[in-house]
Amino acid sequence: MIEIKDLHKSYKMGSNSLHVLKGLNFNIKEGELVAIMGSSGSGKSTLLNILGMLDELDEGSYTLDGVPIKNLNETKAAQYRNKFLGFIFQSFNLINYKTAVENVALPLYYQGVNRKERQEKALKYLEQVGLKEWAGHLPSELSGGQKQRVAIARALAAEPKVLMADEPTGALDSQTSYEVMDLIQKINDDGNTILVVTHEPDIADMCKRIVHLKDGVIVEDKKVDQVRASQYV
Amino acid sequence: MWLLDRDLWTEILNTLSKNMFRTFLTMLGVFFAMIILLLLLGATNGMSNSFDKIFEGTSSNSLFMWSQQTSEPYKGFERGRRIRFTTDDVELLKKQIPEIDIISPRIQLGGYNTPVSVYRNGRTSGSSVLGDYPLIDEVTKKNIVEGRFLNNKDIEYSKKVCVIGQEAYEQLFDKGEEAIGHSIRVNGVFFTVIGIYKKNENIDIDGDNAVFIPFTTCKKTFGGGNQVGFMAMTIYPEYTVPPIEAKIKKLLKNKYSIHPDDERAIGSFDMSRIFNSVSAFTGVLNGFSFFVGIFTLLAGIIAVSNILLITVKERTKEIGIRRALGATPRVVKRQIVLEAILITVFAGLLGFTLSTAILAGANVIFEGMENVPITNAIFSIPQFLISFFLLVVLSVLIGLIPANRAVKVKPIDALREE
Ligand SMILES: Nc1ncnc2c1ncn2[C@@H]1O[C@H](COP(=O)(O)OP(=O)(O)O)[C@@H](O)[C@H]1O
Ligand SMILES: [Mg+2]
Repeated sequence: MIEIKDLHKSYKMGSNSLHVLKGLNFNIKEGELVAIMGSSGSGKSTLLNILGMLDELDEGSYTLDGVPIKNLNETKAAQYRNKFLGFIFQSFNLINYKTAVENVALPLYYQGVNRKERQEKALKYLEQVGLKEWAGHLPSELSGGQKQRVAIARALAAEPKVLMADEPTGALDSQTSYEVMDLIQKINDDGNTILVVTHEPDIADMCKRIVHLKDGVIVEDKKVDQVRASQYV
Repeated sequence: MWLLDRDLWTEILNTLSKNMFRTFLTMLGVFFAMIILLLLLGATNGMSNSFDKIFEGTSSNSLFMWSQQTSEPYKGFERGRRIRFTTDDVELLKKQIPEIDIISPRIQLGGYNTPVSVYRNGRTSGSSVLGDYPLIDEVTKKNIVEGRFLNNKDIEYSKKVCVIGQEAYEQLFDKGEEAIGHSIRVNGVFFTVIGIYKKNENIDIDGDNAVFIPFTTCKKTFGGGNQVGFMAMTIYPEYTVPPIEAKIKKLLKNKYSIHPDDERAIGSFDMSRIFNSVSAFTGVLNGFSFFVGIFTLLAGIIAVSNILLITVKERTKEIGIRRALGATPRVVKRQIVLEAILITVFAGLLGFTLSTAILAGANVIFEGMENVPITNAIFSIPQFLISFFLLVVLSVLIGLIPANRAVKVKPIDALREE
């Protein structure tokens, strides 16, 4: 599903240049649940942003579902994001004046799905994350865990090829974190490919594979026995 | 066609209505600008209407001409010779000057040439007595309040009838007394009153202390041969008066052997001159208020753009989220431009409604007041359409500024966690 070859990325700051990613190679197959681990500043978000077409790589190649991703203009990138990717952010990034169901329906709107179908799908995914009764509520009326579940429903709604979550539990207490991870595991059980960026080992252990980043290189890439989050819920 | 896309409009309306305060603030500028523009236009239109009212009843292309004394010796004649127009001159002008539409001769009794007395039941009114044709009514409209004006039958049968002005009526009759069908005496001759007129509001050459009698009756009863004191004319509207006036004078000077440079022998009054200077004034006034109004509108729209720019900054995150979810730059821009258009159009319409109401109210209030030079103050439909068209065009142009700003920020920068 995802193929990365010799990926380099550096940030230019004035005359200095910060080399953040120094030649990464890895592949992710369909249906995987991969944790990208590493301490703060190790380049996890940078990697995820490149994979998410929110940022561009300097060197190397990136292929998503057989499509080479390079030299995208902003329009093309937006279309690819809409078609291929679902994002889950640490701070949820819901639109605050839209209700839960409206937030979930938004990527479908940009896909050009008609109104009725949008509503149906959005409700279906809200149901999947257990928030059907909260459909008409604004984000401000929801708890952190509920907000993240709405965000997950939104990411699912577009039926993307890959879900990308940057510290999805970073703003949540551990109990709520496990609930969210339980949901992510269940979504993965249905066959969805998911990337989770985290610096918390217990969250990483709930994935099926851990890619460990340190100083811009992969120091470890291992399959793990998944710890099911449901046992803590 | 995206313009008819219901989802797009729903999305925009949602965004605007769920951010009511912001939308409201943005609308204020255009709302007030529109009100100022339309009130200005309405007020100036009201003023020009008032000016028009001054001329109401007087044909704008009218010309009055009368004979006086020569001031230059010419062809063996001494200066100071009295010129007297005759009915032949009327026929001559009709034939020779095709630009004349109406020509109506008049004999005037009273004034400085012939003394006249208008008398009834021991009262005199000091009115001037005018022998006229019914045609005069088409040059200076008589505002008949009771009865009727002279007609062709009165002329044909030289009837002894008269139409009197309001003041003449008040001098000769008691308040509320019936006048129609009753007689008054002009130089001892009985005339039956057939109509009473009120003078026109502002410009009225004849005033309302006058008695109109048929031209033919006047001549038969009071003599004077075929002399004519005064000619009232209107010129066809496709011509301007001054050259025709010159042409007529030249013809008459030639006929009466008057020196070509003699300015005094023939007196004339060209109504169009006053009319034109007033219309020029109201035209300038109109142009000026439109100009001021458009700039006010521009200021209002710039205010909208400014607020949109601020809100775009505020909305960086929201726009970043939308773009991460697949909104292309075009879609983002379109939304912001359409928001701008919708806000300005809606505010513009509100302003339109309110200013129409204000003007309507003002018109009701001013109607009863004599001294307010504003009549029927309202903007015209073309004025409104032009303003509205400008409003929309400007809002598109100015909406593009925040729209471009919105897509300049890369989504990754917009979404970066603080
Ligand atoms: N836009 C940027 N400009 C300059 N430096 C950046 C930018 N984004 C990230 N960095 C730097 O790159 C490094 C990696 O950042 P990041 O990928 O966010 O790390 P992580 O998500 O693992 O904490 C950090 O040192 C960070 O300061
Ligand atoms: Mg990070």
